[in-house]
Amino acid sequence: MNTIILSAIFGVVMMFTGIFVENKSAYRHIAAIALLLLLGFNIAESGHYNIFKIDTGYFLHFEKFGLLFNSVCIFSTLIYVLLSGRDIEKVGKNVAESFALIFFVLCGVGISTSYTNLLMLFLGIEIISIPLYILTGSEKRNLKGNEASLKYFLMGSFSTGIMLMGIAMLYGSGGSFLVEKLSVARLSYLEALGMLLIFFALSFKVSVAPFHFWTPDVYDGAPTVFTSFMATVVKVAGFAAFIRLFESRYGSMGGQTEHLIALAIILTLAFGNLTAVFQQSVKRMLAYSSIAQAGFMMFALFAVNDTAKEGLLLYAAAYSLATIGIFAVLAKMDDMTFEGFNGLAKSQPLIAALVAIFLLSLAGIPLTAGFFAKYYMLSAIVKTGSYLGLVIIGVLFAAISAYYYFKVIQAMYFKEGEEIAFAPVTLTFKYLLLGVAVVIVVLGIYPNALLSLLYF
Amino acid sequence: MPIQYYITLSIVLFCIGIVGVLTRRNAIIIFMCIELMLNAVNLLLVAFSKMHNAGAVGSDANPTAGVDGQLFVFFIMVVAAAEVSVGLSIIVMMYRNTHSVDVNFLNRLKN
Repeated sequence: MNTIILSAIFGVVMMFTGIFVENKSAYRHIAAIALLLLLGFNIAESGHYNIFKIDTGYFLHFEKFGLLFNSVCIFSTLIYVLLSGRDIEKVGKNVAESFALIFFVLCGVGISTSYTNLLMLFLGIEIISIPLYILTGSEKRNLKGNEASLKYFLMGSFSTGIMLMGIAMLYGSGGSFLVEKLSVARLSYLEALGMLLIFFALSFKVSVAPFHFWTPDVYDGAPTVFTSFMATVVKVAGFAAFIRLFESRYGSMGGQTEHLIALAIILTLAFGNLTAVFQQSVKRMLAYSSIAQAGFMMFALFAVNDTAKEGLLLYAAAYSLATIGIFAVLAKMDDMTFEGFNGLAKSQPLIAALVAIFLLSLAGIPLTAGFFAKYYMLSAIVKTGSYLGLVIIGVLFAAISAYYYFKVIQAMYFKEGEEIAFAPVTLTFKYLLLGVAVVIVVLGIYPNALLSLLYF
Repeated sequence: MPIQYYITLSIVLFCIGIVGVLTRRNAIIIFMCIELMLNAVNLLLVAFSKMHNAGAVGSDANPTAGVDGQLFVFFIMVVAAAEVSVGLSIIVMMYRNTHSVDVNFLNRLKN
């Protein structure tokens, strides 16, 4: 409860700072402090320290997994604000409002990681989505941004409509919005259709094929800083909402849904990876790679056991941190094609090395967090004992993904380039980036550093 | 009236909404069709709410049965209003830049 209420309050506070504080660079410091407080109170909540004693009865239920997931999201946002705060200031005129919207998104994240009622699922997903429509279009004069924002808005609200229809159908057949009540042995047609519609709508939100088509356009058109936020925190929060629905629900459904999810996984991995190979722009490549990574996170929804939940948590941390790091560097560059990275290792040796670590983590090379994230996902499938073919497909596509990640590394280290237009970075930026890389490597050697928090 | 009438009506409205979103090219009309979808859901929820209430009165006589369906409708209305305010401003911003609300103009992002 701390996270939900405090993030909403901090959002309002940020809006008022926009009125009363003139100094633009003060906003990101205030936002960082607020995020730090939010993180602290969220961790305090897992130690049963609540500021707000509210009976959330049949609507929300706070447990370790959801709270830890919140912590991962808030921590990633903190890193994001610290790394990219300066770039947020460059987008649009109303900087404080951008930060306020980021806090509102975190409020939605808090709801959608711990709902027990379909009403809260709907509210959580909407509170996440609506600020994002605004953030996507926050560069008013940029036609590409406008287009991305309109497209995202139309697609997003269309999928909301579909999700609501699914919820209405579940209500019609069961007479309740509670997620647990839905688990019955036999499924009526109305319920099955309702679950299917909700599945489609959530697939839309986390860009799982065949509902991924808006993703590359929107991620490409949005201002680069906000693409970073959308592709990381928001996407993993969508998966947290997804797995909560699945653990109480699809477990009892058996057979048919497994086929459906397996199909969605294969399609997502195939579309994401194969299209990413042919991209010229690194930003667009990362958009497709985020679809591919969504395919890997879908493995958790297929398996739905303890390993899968641990894996999803680790994946969320590894993927978010690495992607935020790469985008923070990308936002400093003018030329976002692969050629733009030529010879980066010469002019910015430290940054190039760190970007290489992030890319290795995304590809899932051992000694980085990405390796264990993928390992947990695949071993979750092995534990279910069925569909072992999926594991082979997963490994194959992971190998393909290495190709386009290594293309960037190759450009940085083995190609000569003319003088790179690289915006000046501060020493703090470099040290922070180094810190993120250290976290990734530590998680890659000792993943229990994060996972043991689930159990004590 | 039997519940089937309401269900049929709202399914028909929902389908009109979906077909509209998929075929029309004017951003405002697409937006109206999305609103139509949301309102079809509202209608369905209210109908189901009434149905569950009528069903409960016979067996365990709980007068508040089915109220949560109507509660949900209010939330949908509020969220839809928030979406309208954001969506229309996005469309206005788009119109100021391109002097058109035709979504066929939205092809700058391909490739």
